[in-house]
Amino acid sequence: MAEFLQFCVSGLTVGAVYALVALGFTIIYNASDVVNFAQGEFVMIGGMATVFLTAAGVPLPLAALIAIAAAMVVGLALHRLAIEPARGASPVTLIIITIGASIFLRGLAQVVFDRQFHSLPSFSGDTPIQFGGAAILPQSFWVLAGAGIIVLALWAFFNRTLLGKAVLATAANRLAARLVGINTSFVVGFSFVVSAAIGAIAGILVTPITLTSYDIGTLLALKGFAAAMLGGMGNPLGAIVGGLAVGLLEAFGAGYLSSTYKDAIAFIVILGVLFVMPGGLFGRASVERV
Amino acid sequence: MQALFSHRLAVPLVIAALVVALSFALPSSFYLRVAALVWISALAVIGLNLLMGYAGQVSLGHAGFFGLGAYAVAVLPAQFSLHPLLAALAGALVCGLIAFAVGRPILKLKGHYLAVATLGFGILIAMAISNESWLTGGPDGMPVSRMTLFGWRVRGAETWYWITGGLLVVGAWIAVNLVASPTGRALRALHDSEVAARVAGIDVARYKVRVFVISAVYASVAGSSLALVNGFVTPETANFLHSIELVTMVVVGGMGSILGSVAGAAILVVLPQLLTTFHEYEHMLLGLMMMVIMIVLRSGIVPSLAALFQRRRK
Repeated sequence: MAEFLQFCVSGLTVGAVYALVALGFTIIYNASDVVNFAQGEFVMIGGMATVFLTAAGVPLPLAALIAIAAAMVVGLALHRLAIEPARGASPVTLIIITIGASIFLRGLAQVVFDRQFHSLPSFSGDTPIQFGGAAILPQSFWVLAGAGIIVLALWAFFNRTLLGKAVLATAANRLAARLVGINTSFVVGFSFVVSAAIGAIAGILVTPITLTSYDIGTLLALKGFAAAMLGGMGNPLGAIVGGLAVGLLEAFGAGYLSSTYKDAIAFIVILGVLFVMPGGLFGRASVERV
Repeated sequence: MQALFSHRLAVPLVIAALVVALSFALPSSFYLRVAALVWISALAVIGLNLLMGYAGQVSLGHAGFFGLGAYAVAVLPAQFSLHPLLAALAGALVCGLIAFAVGRPILKLKGHYLAVATLGFGILIAMAISNESWLTGGPDGMPVSRMTLFGWRVRGAETWYWITGGLLVVGAWIAVNLVASPTGRALRALHDSEVAARVAGIDVARYKVRVFVISAVYASVAGSSLALVNGFVTPETANFLHSIELVTMVVVGGMGSILGSVAGAAILVVLPQLLTTFHEYEHMLLGLMMMVIMIVLRSGIVPSLAALFQRRRK
């Protein structure tokens, strides 16, 4: 039982990060139909920038804020310089552009930062909290609480503010949104900025547990993309459930079956789910019009 | 002129002429080796382009088949002392069978769901290769024994240049014929609209699986050639980044263009070689060039240039 609880907590902690990455995918995808494979790089920028700023003597909260702002600037630049000029290109072309951006950002991080692994001190100590026989790192609570707050804040933003509703309107129908006077280009740029901020926060929260380096983005983008598809592309709830599910599958797979094949277990389950439900867990069946 | 270019033999002949011409132009065996790598990648990319460009189905896991082909010529001769040629054949056969088996459920998926399913499938193969070290040597890879044909040891950059160049020409010729065949027409029809194709009496699932199998065999043969040329295989040949690289070659060169496949492969094989002189800026420049090419020539190099050329003439 203690073991089970332990796997649950570590799975949920990693899963929360996947969920945030998947949420970032979803927000950008809904606003612009772009699958942004540079999403993992936002997580990397958040973690790496905080590490280097704190090493330079900046206090942690300020360093975190600057890192988030840096990621937001990168997100905006990605939209303005790479996605906007390619408007109207095919989905695969856009994917290749975001992969190019991801390679570029990784190369940039290699030059600006370095190629080592880095960690941050835990926000509230390293003494594990005993709970039902499982030892839980205090940082896990930070990650889970952070993810929870972000989800709530997003929910409130999309349902309670005018700008949030403009984003939803753009997601629903871009032409109609433009006709009622919504600046859709601004909305799409804004969604890149929000996704970048979410990714950066995830990166800062999880760095004390999983470490960070210039090249962690690829794997995170992969897992986040898989999680978003598992939940059903474009569905925020699906992204969260998908992210947590991938995290839990990995933790239980590594704990009970085989640690070398933990990623395999997650992907086997995803393949199985997609074979039965081709639109993901929460997706709608797509109908082709001729 | 127009009739000449639309002839079925035109594209393979252009590629053959390129292979012959380059053999005179390239100064040293180093360049011949790089060219051989281009021909190998181009072969895999032509196969993937049949799937992506003509049938409109994305695969983010094609390096899995490439890796299986590569490991077939490494493992089978080492374990069962099979001749490398037979091993390559066995690899292609296995890849074809796997593609046939998983093709139907996977290709039922559409768009990004298809992308994630093929991605997961490719990752499973890559993981099996790097974890089953008793068979594959694990993450360090394993050596490939040299091929002997009728008592003659096949080695040297120039020999492999001609072998891989020949394979590419044959591959392009088969692809061109396939595209012009009823199968090719069916694929283009289902690319435009699956419902419309089905209404016109096309067994959509069967044709999708067929082109998936063909593209898997192309990737496998290319993988086997790479292993034999290098004399060594590593799990990187099967991993996700290599899949992405193959897809990028297809898109950069131009979807649905056989010549574009060769151009895309050439750019993405040669560019990193050139960029190594920039050391730490290598990845930045590679990412930057990928973005610029895709923004400026969004439908790929060969189709974009062809459109430009045609507009000039009018």
